[in-house]
Amino acid sequence: MGAFIHAEYPVDSRDYTRAGEASADIKRKLKQLGVSSMVLRRVAVATYEVELNLVIHSMGGKLILDVDEKGVSLTSVDVGPGIPNIEMAMREGYSTADDEARAMGFGAGMGLPNMKRNADDFEIESEPGKGTRICMRFSLV
Amino acid sequence: MDNLKRYHSVRLDKSRCKGCTNCLKHCPTEAIRVRNGRAHIIDERCIDCGECIRICDYHAKVAITDDISAIRGFPHAIALPAPSLYGQFKNLRSIGPVLEALKKIGFEEVFEVARGADIVSRAIHEKLRTPGLPRPLISSACPAVVRLIQVRFPDLLPHVVDVRQPMEVAAMIARQEFCKKHDCPPEDVGVFFITPCPAKMTAIRHPIGQEKSAVDGAISMMEIYGLLLPHISASSGKETQSDATYYGIRWAAGSGEASAVCPENSLAVDGIQNVIRVLEEIENNRLNDLQFFEGSACLCGCVGGPLAFENNYVAKRAIRKLSNTLSKVHPVDDVPASMMAKYPLYFDHPLEPNSVMKLDDNLVIAMQKMERMNEILNELPGYDCGSCGSPTCQTFAEDIVRGYFGEMDCIHKLRDQLKVMAQQMVELAQTKRDD
Repeated sequence: MGAFIHAEYPVDSRDYTRAGEASADIKRKLKQLGVSSMVLRRVAVATYEVELNLVIHSMGGKLILDVDEKGVSLTSVDVGPGIPNIEMAMREGYSTADDEARAMGFGAGMGLPNMKRNADDFEIESEPGKGTRICMRFSLV
Repeated sequence: MDNLKRYHSVRLDKSRCKGCTNCLKHCPTEAIRVRNGRAHIIDERCIDCGECIRICDYHAKVAITDDISAIRGFPHAIALPAPSLYGQFKNLRSIGPVLEALKKIGFEEVFEVARGADIVSRAIHEKLRTPGLPRPLISSACPAVVRLIQVRFPDLLPHVVDVRQPMEVAAMIARQEFCKKHDCPPEDVGVFFITPCPAKMTAIRHPIGQEKSAVDGAISMMEIYGLLLPHISASSGKETQSDATYYGIRWAAGSGEASAVCPENSLAVDGIQNVIRVLEEIENNRLNDLQFFEGSACLCGCVGGPLAFENNYVAKRAIRKLSNTLSKVHPVDDVPASMMAKYPLYFDHPLEPNSVMKLDDNLVIAMQKMERMNEILNELPGYDCGSCGSPTCQTFAEDIVRGYFGEMDCIHKLRDQLKVMAQQMVELAQTKRDD
């Protein structure tokens, strides 16, 4: 008898007032499921980063949470603008955040590296003009 | 039986409860439900912060503390005044009169918790220089905040600094010094904390980070205020000298601890909802350049405790004013190294997460419950009105899957059903007439 949790969270571009709400709900869910503190913290960090990336850099998209017995998976899908050079974007300290985002304390260029560091599995694919898809997995076993 | 299982200072006076929903909305751990017209506190969730005491217009939420007569249960009684006590009296020029007044009402000795605070300040200062600890370190001084972290932020427990509370450190020293001076056995001495809040009372029964508290009881500041007042105005304050320092008494009024342990890079936040918001930030790694975080459940810190008499902002000013008359030697220079080695200042019991938010111990069952919860939630109107007795529609759905509620008892759903039924009745009535 399998069980799984699936939830989707639309995230709007530049909507700073709601930024962080999706990750707060995901954290709440994982705490209710009794996910261990160690994993929870890593998911919390990665989820917040990926949500903020959608707000700051994307033209809008969504976060998808999937949980099953084996693990937690988080997918971020957006509708653009896409990342021209993923290798560059993955470098610590590299950021294309604008002045508004920087003024709010973002844009340290640690978003993608932090996600990669915290997830057990990290995949990113992007096509300029189309969009970016990031998939992160966290093992529960 | 509940008392044996899990003691709480915060209780409900059922005779005063009107069954309104004010407290439901303000509980930071969603620990209150209204059932059969009366509020109920879910013991496992309550962190004794006292928000419900403050919000209840009918005074149906109370804090249980020890009666002053409890001090007569011991051959000798020592008072441990929290520094917030000094903020309760207008025009207090020095601390001496407060200490003398405590002796007048029956305490043989007085030991200031502000002294314990100085020792704790030095211990935390050293912790901040110990490599390998996470950042920011989080203060363990406010028991309500520590319990909040256990319930809602278990992943932040490794950040909580494992130094005992000033009240505990003060109690150990007070007892030991008294026994040495008077050559009496420790069990003959009753050590009583003068408390501004119920959370400290609970922390005596269920100590934080240690097996057994060194404190024997807590007496409410509200109760003792009236007893002290006449003696304070009559006292010269010359007979008893205070040992408190500028840094020690500032612990009473928000940010005092942070500025004593790490003035260069700390953050002090007061008010439990504000503390929650910043703990979320810490959880998201948004504050890992911060060294130290001090969170107080009450606005203005301990002077804002539910058992404090004076307005919290007025008391905060009084503490600041009084602190400026005291020695400004920093605890790191003031507290001798020998003192640090003499007493156990650190936790001997690690803080455990409180897993009450978990839907089930088994992940698969927890997921099934969550699915069911979401199905129920989709049926609910989302008004979060509290009429059902749960604080929000989400908690109501949670309560059903947890088995707190037998069935859907939503007044808005009932109204919709009645509308349909009424319509059906009208239709039924009309068909009869047409016949």
